[in-house]
Amino acid sequence: MTDMATILGGLTTSHIPAVGNAIARGLKDDEYWKPFFDGYPPIHAWLEKHKPDVAINIYNDHGLGFFLDQMPTFAIGAAHEYINEDEGWGIPVLPPFPGDAKLSWHIIEGMVEDEFDITSCQELAVDHGFTVPMQLFWPGLGDNPDMPRAIPISANTVQHPIPTLKRALDFGKSLGRAIRSYPEDIKVVVLGTGGLSHQLDGERAGFINKEFDQMCMEKIVTDPEELTKISRRELVRQAGAQGTEFLMWMMMRGALGEKVRPLHQNYHIPISNTGAGTMMLECVA
Amino acid sequence: MEPEDFDHHTPIEGTTLFDGEMAMIGYALNKMCYSFNNAEAREQYLADPEAYFEKFGLNEAQKQACRNKNVLEMIAAGGNIYYLAKLAGIYKLNMQDIGAQQTGMSVEDFKEKLRRAGD
Repeated sequence: MTDMATILGGLTTSHIPAVGNAIARGLKDDEYWKPFFDGYPPIHAWLEKHKPDVAINIYNDHGLGFFLDQMPTFAIGAAHEYINEDEGWGIPVLPPFPGDAKLSWHIIEGMVEDEFDITSCQELAVDHGFTVPMQLFWPGLGDNPDMPRAIPISANTVQHPIPTLKRALDFGKSLGRAIRSYPEDIKVVVLGTGGLSHQLDGERAGFINKEFDQMCMEKIVTDPEELTKISRRELVRQAGAQGTEFLMWMMMRGALGEKVRPLHQNYHIPISNTGAGTMMLECVA
Repeated sequence: MEPEDFDHHTPIEGTTLFDGEMAMIGYALNKMCYSFNNAEAREQYLADPEAYFEKFGLNEAQKQACRNKNVLEMIAAGGNIYYLAKLAGIYKLNMQDIGAQQTGMSVEDFKEKLRRAGD
């Protein structure tokens, strides 16, 4: 019998805005979208079985919650709820997401004690990077009885210098320690969102690297430490300029502990301009 | 760590890393694009783009890139793609449209290139 928080596992997904539009327009069974959305029912079944109380949603803001005037490298939401707002291109605005401010502050306390310098956010507008994964994992959102409270964690991948892969993994390890030291009997799932390979800008726009993505999906299970040897420049070269979002997967992975059990995965090219990866990893006690 | 790990300017073909150097050049342009999160701002821009450029203090290269609706020129003028996407959205251009523009392909050919990456 435990009275401490436990981490059930981690989920990864791309968070492409076009997915939000596809959901809004009911296109899940459309020929283009089906191979992508088919990656989610096994995760829905797992979530329905385990019913996590809280989702730690690790994403990168793309210019809604933060502008370049003040750009935190790592920001953690500490609000009772998080609003979604107009991002400028017509993706529907969603109702607010309930938070867990008490757990947020526990995590912030723990991680700063652990020498991570955190930007705490008592107000934070969350963009598609956060909302699309919530929609994918908990269809119906507020109408879904299993939708957990959520804590957004945003890492900067908008403007270099971005964190290193090692820092991202270490961040996750510290996050995991902080969650597991929370003296309440709650179940937590950690989301690593974004990626995989894609590049939106420049003459190399449309770059996707299937081989690299598949290597990352393998190593993140078996040997995430190996991935920390990839420099940031190499990550841009191999994953594309926006494929740096793989950092969020590393942050998620660090929180899960040394060993994980891969329960399900899906990979599909292309969704919009991206190689879309979905994974379900369970913590091994 | 090797010193070259810090050199983000080592060229990667067809890629401009948005770093401090580009952030300094592009601040006004990116700030203008950030304002487009707001629907009224988008209308104001469409009603009088030149006045809107002035409001945010865009330089001539940035103004011309916007007049030309040319994404590569915007990037050269310091634009960050996540913010530029909000400007593209005003003109109803999606990521395949601007991908095609930047690579000099038709939208159909660009989509085919994406599809083939899965082979």
